[in-house]
Amino acid sequence: MMITVTVNGERHSHDVEPRLLLVHFLRDVVGLTGTHWGCDTSNCGACVVWLDDTPVKSCTALAVMADGRTVRTVEGLERDGELDPVQRGFMECHGLQCGFCTPGMMMTSRWLLDRNPDPSEEEIREALSGQLCRCTGYENIVRSVRWAAENPADDSTEASQEVSPS
Amino acid sequence: MSAPVHPRSAPTAPGRAIGADLPRVDARAKVTGTATYAFEYPVPHPAYLHPVQATIARGRLTRIDTTAAEALDGVRAVLWHGNAPRLRATDNAELAVLQSDQVFYRGQVVAAVIADTPEAARQAARLVRLDYDQQPHDVDLSPHRGDLYAPKDDHDQGDLEAAMAGAEHALDATYTTPMLHATPIEPHTTTAVWDDSGLTLYESTQGAHFARQELAPLLDLDPQRIQIIAPYVGGGFGSKGPLHAPTVLTVLAARAMFGRPVKLALTRRHMFDQVGYRSPTIQRIRLAANAQGRLSGIGMDATVQTARLAEFIEEATGPTESMYAAPHRHIALRAAELDAAVPGWIRGPGQCPGMFGPEVAMDELAQACGLDPIDLRLRNDPDHDPATGKPFSSRNLAACLREGARRFGWHDRDPAPGTRLVQGWYVGTGVAASRYPVVPPAGPSEATVRHLHDGHYEVHIGAADIGTGAWTVLTQIAADALGAGVQDVQVRIGDTALPEASVAGGSTGTMSWGSTIVAAARAFRDRHGTAPAPGAEASAPLPDNPATEQFAMAAFGAQFAEVHIHADTGEIRVPRLLGAFAAGRIINPRTARSQLIGGMTMGLSMALHEQSIMDPRFGHVVNCDLAEYHIATNADVADIQAHWIDEEDPHVNPLGAKGIGEIGIVGTAAAVANAAHHATGVRVRDLPLTLDHFLG
Repeated sequence: MMITVTVNGERHSHDVEPRLLLVHFLRDVVGLTGTHWGCDTSNCGACVVWLDDTPVKSCTALAVMADGRTVRTVEGLERDGELDPVQRGFMECHGLQCGFCTPGMMMTSRWLLDRNPDPSEEEIREALSGQLCRCTGYENIVRSVRWAAENPADDSTEASQEVSPS
Repeated sequence: MSAPVHPRSAPTAPGRAIGADLPRVDARAKVTGTATYAFEYPVPHPAYLHPVQATIARGRLTRIDTTAAEALDGVRAVLWHGNAPRLRATDNAELAVLQSDQVFYRGQVVAAVIADTPEAARQAARLVRLDYDQQPHDVDLSPHRGDLYAPKDDHDQGDLEAAMAGAEHALDATYTTPMLHATPIEPHTTTAVWDDSGLTLYESTQGAHFARQELAPLLDLDPQRIQIIAPYVGGGFGSKGPLHAPTVLTVLAARAMFGRPVKLALTRRHMFDQVGYRSPTIQRIRLAANAQGRLSGIGMDATVQTARLAEFIEEATGPTESMYAAPHRHIALRAAELDAAVPGWIRGPGQCPGMFGPEVAMDELAQACGLDPIDLRLRNDPDHDPATGKPFSSRNLAACLREGARRFGWHDRDPAPGTRLVQGWYVGTGVAASRYPVVPPAGPSEATVRHLHDGHYEVHIGAADIGTGAWTVLTQIAADALGAGVQDVQVRIGDTALPEASVAGGSTGTMSWGSTIVAAARAFRDRHGTAPAPGAEASAPLPDNPATEQFAMAAFGAQFAEVHIHADTGEIRVPRLLGAFAAGRIINPRTARSQLIGGMTMGLSMALHEQSIMDPRFGHVVNCDLAEYHIATNADVADIQAHWIDEEDPHVNPLGAKGIGEIGIVGTAAAVANAAHHATGVRVRDLPLTLDHFLG
């Protein structure tokens, strides 16, 4: 069936099978491979994207469910060429190793910070409770989100100098 | 396609990169979603593969009916042993996929569907009908089986029985660790393209060259006609070390579809029977000691499983051979060949499960002797390697125990178990030792240094960064070796088009690739001096290190845990884990700390949750997804700290660095189990520490 999905601000119209999962639509049809497919059973959260304004596990959502709606993926975190503070936080605080769970972690973190700009460690852990990391041990991920809370986009210039390419 | 180049890192002054707390060079790609894992290389018009798995554990296929599958829209072919391309060398039976009608374990790939979409392939795979001549299977691991064999020589010294009989304190207990799965968050994936130019693989692997070396003889293909590309890997933990059958399957499908790319992404369920697992271990430990806690006898009889299809041995006795000395020792490993999938590398093979029993036994002995468990270990810390008699290049277990104890706050610990009830929770603390040997790298390495212009360099080596930070630390090592800043050095990795590198395994990466880069930089300066022309280059292999013959080499550590166990429900929480390690020179404290903490977290996960449950009736793992195979989550992890002592080891390699990728997982589970005993008085000898152990 024909669906139209606005992904990171761009409209995409495609004829898709009703059984196509949203994660495969994003990766194989739209060509945005930053959203990862990790477990097939909605346990790991590597595939989290926003459907309208809500984080969903795109491995257990169908592409047709996104028809007429908006999707935001990791590729849509940057604004005007500037990394989102969450992205910078994960770089600053070593919130990643292999990086496979990272896009999902960041999408949920951005959602949390939009609703709660100053979350406690416990609130961050609660928000990320549906997501698994096998490498880092979570502590750096929690610190990364705190870093993003403490360095919101408006005063980002100074902090970004350390890691940005020149 | 060549390996990607990253934005330049934060600058460092020439010669000052090693030891600097540098952000990862691959961080930006990973936070922007632009890091290309194996399934993410755009290839034109790919076909998708889905395996069909045996539903019996032993027997022979008598008929495969592919009619319904082939009739489905979009299905291009169904491969099985009757029509699959032949492999040339099948010495490693695990890799001889679709080559015979024999079924060696439930879950073995016996056919595969190639289709235009992954959905069609998956649907068609369910329509393939299999008929068997089924035989009784056997998946029961027991130390009492009559058919156990010795995969390696026993280590016998003195008379352990006599030592046990004459000891002031004697302990004889059996400990078990369950079957475990590596469970990287990126499932194993392969994209294979076989056309007139040869075979190209985008592969989730810990060693591109290692994979090529295994693949070439199977296909009877000149290795130069195989390119394997793997700059980004979403975790491996051993399972992506050696080649496994799904990669070979994808290559066969690409051969069948000559010219058209074929892609296979294993589902999480496939990950439980296709890519190895840690064998369960059964460990009978005997310790004999005098009144002062000096060991007179050490015994370990370990039983592990291997597969009828192919042999893999979890060398669980390895740590005991080298950990503590005694005049009377008996160390023996036995294996059972079962109708199960082939075991394989998982983070700290042998070392990780093999330290659980012995380090819990040491805690039990300390209690029996009325000694502090740290004191018992200090009294038995040997001067020479008990396995070989060689001196250690450095052994700082004692320093780790002392430093860890100081940081953890061990000194005022009340040794009595089961006496601290705080708001409904029993509170306890425990300690265990860690060790990881310096092992020879699996395979040769070579690096090339090229001067681009004006003091900017590229360094080429086919190394792998599976999340470890290797890409970053190799950049630091190269910068110092060239007397440049890291901003002037680009390292390319993860491609067989680059000079050959050993596999990322055995915690050897930084040591072997780093030493190779240092050698290549020296060769470069020898040949081109300090003012090289643009395009000047030099290569060098990994130099031999004669000191490896003279010394026993290993990293050591001490892990401390605080455990709370609910008095009514048995719920177990671990609010604190602290590790102190001696692993030589630390190249990058940021990536090193993360590796150690990540290892400790996986050890915590092993202590509390992880177990793959084999159903003996059918011969397969029943909890084969992440809903049922539990790994540590955010809520399990509280305060985890990793520290290290300054250790100078002039012998281990020119960098003075030891591996840090695996030692973090060794000993953690024993520390948690010992703390659980201290909290409750309940001695748990079987992992994981589920709450039922503490009830009743």
